[in-house]
Amino acid sequence: MENKKRYERPVVIKQYSGFMNKFGSRPVLNPVTTIDGIEVDELAERFGSPLFVISEKAIRSNQRKANRIFKTRYPKVQFAWSYKTNYLNAVCAVFHQEGSWAEVVSRFEYDKAKKLGVKGENIIFNGPDKSRDDLTVAINDGAKIHIDHFDELYELIDLTSQLNKKANVAIRVNMDTGTYPKWDRFGFNFENGEAWQALKRIIAATNLNLVGLHTHIGTYMMQADSYKTAAIKMAQLAAGLKRENGILLDYIDMGGGLPSNNTLIGQYLPAEQILPTLEEFADAISEGLMTLNFQPDEMPLLILESGRALIDDTSKLISTVIAVKRLSDGRRALIVDAGVNLLFTRFWYKHKINPAQDSGVMTEDTAIYGPLCMNIDCLAESLVMPVLKKGDKLIIDYVGAYNMTQWMQFIHMRPNVVMILEDGTVELIRKAEDLDYVQMPEVLPEKFKSLPV
Amino acid sequence: MKNFTIPQNVAVSDSGFLFLASTGETFNLNEQGTLIYKMLQNGLNNEEIVNQITAEYEISSDLFQKDLDDFLHSLKTFGLVKEL
Ligand SMILES: Cc1ncc(COP(=O)(O)O)c(C=O)c1O
Repeated sequence: MENKKRYERPVVIKQYSGFMNKFGSRPVLNPVTTIDGIEVDELAERFGSPLFVISEKAIRSNQRKANRIFKTRYPKVQFAWSYKTNYLNAVCAVFHQEGSWAEVVSRFEYDKAKKLGVKGENIIFNGPDKSRDDLTVAINDGAKIHIDHFDELYELIDLTSQLNKKANVAIRVNMDTGTYPKWDRFGFNFENGEAWQALKRIIAATNLNLVGLHTHIGTYMMQADSYKTAAIKMAQLAAGLKRENGILLDYIDMGGGLPSNNTLIGQYLPAEQILPTLEEFADAISEGLMTLNFQPDEMPLLILESGRALIDDTSKLISTVIAVKRLSDGRRALIVDAGVNLLFTRFWYKHKINPAQDSGVMTEDTAIYGPLCMNIDCLAESLVMPVLKKGDKLIIDYVGAYNMTQWMQFIHMRPNVVMILEDGTVELIRKAEDLDYVQMPEVLPEKFKSLPV
Repeated sequence: MKNFTIPQNVAVSDSGFLFLASTGETFNLNEQGTLIYKMLQNGLNNEEIVNQITAEYEISSDLFQKDLDDFLHSLKTFGLVKEL
């Protein structure tokens, strides 16, 4: 038994002459055998598969880099962590330790931030759906309420007079930044004068404290110029407020939307090769805001709500090959234990997938499917992969944004999530769900409790 | 017990390069594939192949049989082997 040779599944691949063979001649995909110095096999053994693995070090390093890039271009910068992007407590806590405020879009997210200990004044409350009760809590906490529509504005006027309290407010502004599709669903429009109208209504209201302006021009923006256009329009509003009403704003919030290094479906070249750098985005925003021409001490604080750009590349999903099949067209297919139930971003991205163990030099055109028994559950239609077998592991990369919030409890329960801390210890930060947890809110009517089958 | 025949005009190099002279087609085999194809050329039957490979490599006979069937299926599709 001892010292048997390493086995690889036998493979034969036809060579097509006339053009370079797609398979066999490419460099082997780099195996990812460790994450932050910890063996992938050890992680899977301790915490199971599939497994989300988040790196504390990577989060801190991303946030520090972003701070540095923006603070060297604009005097006053404040990040606010976009909860919807990833609201696991441990993740939010790392961002808050790095000095970020909280950006929330629902009462659920708002309560999460408060429970973590974020001060009301450091919570930015965005979104179109804030109930009267939500607004009451936000007013009492001194949170920054970003008004989305006139119904909310009038509700706030009414509520603050009833409570006899002041509310700190900003408006969300939407605008044409030259990108398609236009995001005009949220906030008040710049071009048609609606934003001005809302600002004037706020100024006239005795209990509304106008503290800022907010915009969020889209997500995964690929043109730095769009931010410059947006910043110039925000600066025009701020300049108008000073000129006509003598109002100096505390801040201008440019929202999020900076891309991560994931490659979009339909995008041919890898994201790294075509996206502007963070420096270029920062240049665009600061150049736009600098058109304000205010005295240095009058310049508003620049708030950024960047989500995916700060978290996507900090997280990996370990997945295990359940079965190796051949499709009717001869292509190889892998069935793996993580599917679109865990990888919601699969609907936008071609995820980077690497093997987690050394393998031979032979490669195959491979389709990768999840475990869901549903046709939609496809992680990759065609990838050049080494020859893999049942039990081998894959690393699905850049999964930190919008997966651990939009994952579905569908057919399978959600798996463990761990964070590798800076000192190399591995902490379980969200336990795998079990049947009791999933069924806790269910109520079975009495007459169904004894069944004849 | 399955037995196989290999076309006469096939050349396989140690590096896994396979040339089918009758059609001019070329193929690549990985290390395991090369080894097994040479066993087929030497007239080994299914059982003999399974015994040799599982004795030498870290793989159970059940799992290997599945891979072998799959491999033979591909070889048949390409006209590189015939089942007797
Ligand atoms: C208001 C607001 N701010 C920030 C974000 C974060 O966006 P991103 O992850 O694209 O940076 C979003 C995401 O939709 C948002 O709606």
